[in-house]
This record gives sequence, structure tokens and C-alpha cells, in this order.
Amino acid sequence: MRLQAGTIGLLAAACLLLAHSTFAGVLPEDRADALYHQYEGGGVTVDGPSILVRKKFGENLSVSGNYYIDMVTSASIDVKVLGASEYKEKRTQWSTGIDYLRGSTTYSASYINSEENDYFADTLNLGISEDMFGDLTTVSLSYSRGWDDITKRNDTSFQRSLDRRNYRVGISQILTKTLIVGLNYETETSEGYLQNPYRADRYCLTPDCLTDQVLFEPEVYPRTRSTNAVSLDARWYLPWRAALHGNYRYFHDTWSIHANTGELGYTHPLKWRFLGGMWTVEAAYRYYTQTRADFYSDLFPFIESQNFRARDRNLATFDTNTIHVGVTYALGTMPFTWVQKATASVFYDAIQYNFKDFRDGMADTQFAYQQPLYTYRANVLQVFFSVYF
Amino acid sequence: MSHARIGTLVSLVLFGAVSMSCSIEPWVKPYERAALADPIMAADRNPVSSTYMDHVREVREGARGASGSAGGGCGCN
Repeated sequence: MRLQAGTIGLLAAACLLLAHSTFAGVLPEDRADALYHQYEGGGVTVDGPSILVRKKFGENLSVSGNYYIDMVTSASIDVKVLGASEYKEKRTQWSTGIDYLRGSTTYSASYINSEENDYFADTLNLGISEDMFGDLTTVSLSYSRGWDDITKRNDTSFQRSLDRRNYRVGISQILTKTLIVGLNYETETSEGYLQNPYRADRYCLTPDCLTDQVLFEPEVYPRTRSTNAVSLDARWYLPWRAALHGNYRYFHDTWSIHANTGELGYTHPLKWRFLGGMWTVEAAYRYYTQTRADFYSDLFPFIESQNFRARDRNLATFDTNTIHVGVTYALGTMPFTWVQKATASVFYDAIQYNFKDFRDGMADTQFAYQQPLYTYRANVLQVFFSVYF
Repeated sequence: MSHARIGTLVSLVLFGAVSMSCSIEPWVKPYERAALADPIMAADRNPVSSTYMDHVREVREGARGASGSAGGGCGCN
């Protein structure tokens, strides 16, 4: 009943937006992007393509489509600790969306399908946004509903499901001729199978844990999770034609995870031409920190020591530091008359993971609790081409 | 905060915004927004890239959401 009341409230808010229409909104521009992505770190390599196309039909309708692939090769610390061998798998995702503009209101709908050999996810997104106060303010609402089916390799009897619901509200506000700020809030509820069927937590051979021998048992997660996240961001135009952006996000959930994220970035178009085109450089720093889930532990004292148990390092206490650099080249002369702009970009991110209560289970120490805390660095590369028409 | 309270709060905020918008004059005129319209000020200049980085982070971090964009499930075991 509470969920239905909340949905009715959001629908009523959407109707208020529908009833108010003054100035005109703007649809996203037509474009096609082809990206190659690569993530390498912690014994895991994931790479593949992502193709995005967006096209307007008339003045009010815009349609988009995205095709994305992850090719995974994993020999992560968790795989090694369990004595398993490196595995490969492929995830394919495609999505399609539509945006309809009526006056200052944009209605959006999109569908996403993701499939790998043991996980199938469908997501439907509905959204509405409106410009008001002379287009100084943009208010947006959106709702997502997801249906996941989980199976397990080499076990045809294993079938689980997961239901997801997301609610998002955002406000973007022009404060001055050079400053835009935004406030976003998102809440998600998930119910069903929330864990990984291949994962295991470890426990001590003796309850005092004065041993280097550990045993493994299947993880047990709660069947529900509710999350809340709020973020504040700002973009500031600098007098020499550059942009500074900042973002802060706070997150907490019913698993007792609290996370803070801060990011600062700088974008600078260079004034001179080189190789016949214009260049834009960018850099950013991101800091992320989280506390552990209340049912997480690197090492439990004995078998089935608590009702819910996890050793997934994503639920551990850790922080990350990310350095981002990027360069974009814009062609000075278009190869075809129907092309308005064409760019080529290379982005690189270095992400350092520092775990505070997840240990390197492969380290050889006298006692398991003496194993060093796990750290690793990941390198993320993106190379993409964009055409605007 | 329950979903009912979220819906009520959002409705009140939007009702107030809609009511006030009829009487407030924009303090940044359309002809003064050249800097804001510069492509470098766009909230999401490269959606194909930002969507990918959101995915990279969501798979490996406990936190998610409030990025301003809709996402999808993936499992990504």
C-alpha cells in the first residue's frame, strides 16, 4: 500500500508538470557514437564495443538505440581463492529509447535488455521533464522497473528472480550567466535473489582463527535491499572559455552501507588548431569511500556463524581514487555535407582500490587474519568516434 | 524515507514551483545564456562514455544512483 501511495504521489507530480507549459524545450541533437572500452585490473579484463545512435523525426520526436558488449576474462582474487580457473563470458546489452517534446515538457521511455549465459535483465524506464521559470529551471521525474532472471552454469535446476524499482527526481537550476547547479535524488527497492550463486565466504577451521586453514561455505544475502542516494553538482563557465565541474553524492541503504563520493573536473578547449582541427582536453579527480554491509566479513569464526553472510569485496569497507584524463579532436573540415561535426576522443581512467577489511586470500601467512589488506589498480580506456548530423 | 512521503514531498515542491513560475521573471535573459549553451557546459557531453563509466562503477562499488541518468540491471557476476 505504501508503495502504491508513493507511485500515486509521483504520478500526481507528473500531472502537474503536464498541466504547465510555457517556453519550448530542446531535444538532444542527432548523433552516432562508436566506442571501444577496456577495463583491466585485479585479474579481470573486460572489453568490447558500444554503439549509440540518436535521430530526430520532425521537431518533436527523437529515437535512440544502443548496442553494448562486455567480453569478460576473469582470474580475479575471488576466483583464485576458490581454486577455480580463469573463465570467459560475454554479456550483450541493447537498449532503445524515445523522447517526445511537447512545449516545454519532454516525455521519455526506454527499454534495456541485458543477457549473459546465466543472467537475464529487462528494464523499463519512464520519465518526464519540464523547463520552467523562463527555462532557468528543469525538473525531471523518472521511474524504472526491472525484472531479472538468474540461472547457474552446470545446474539446470537453479532458477531465481529479482524485481527492481527505481524512483528518481532531479532539479537543474541556472543561477547566473555562468553557473548551473543540480540536485538529484534516487531511491531503489530490490526484492528477490540479490547474491552471486558462485560466490562463497570463508570461515576458520578453529573458532579462535589461530590457523592458516580456512573453509568455504555459500554466501547468504538478504532478499530485500532499499537504497537512497542524493547528489549535488555544479558547472561553472570560466572567463577564458573553460568549464569547472564538481559533484558530491551521499548514499546509504538498508544493508548499512554508507558511501560518499566527490568529484572535481576541468574541461579546456585549446585555442589553436593542430592537424587541421580543434582540440579539447579534460581532467578530473574522483574520491569514493564506503563502509561495509552489516553482514559482510572477510573471515567468519565458524560455519553458519550468522544468518546472512557475504565476503564480496564490493560490500567491504574501502575507498577509491580515480584520475581521469581525456582529449577530443574535432575535425575542421567535414567529409560529407550531411555531417555537422565529427570528433575522435581518447579517455583514460586510473582507479586505485584500497580495501580496509578485505584481505588477499592468496597470501601465505601464519594465520589467515594476518593476510595483507587487498589493493589493486585498474586501468580504463575508452576510444570513441562521434558524428553529429 | 518511505515512497509515500517521497511522492508527497515531490508533489508539494512541484506544485509550489508551478505556482511560482507564473509570477517570476527569469533573471538570466535568453540573450545572456551564450556561455551556458557552450558545448563544454553540457551536463553530459558524451552519453556513450558516461553510461559506460556509470556501469564500471556500479559493478564494483556498493553505492549507486543519483547520477541523473536511468540505468539497467546486468548481474555482472
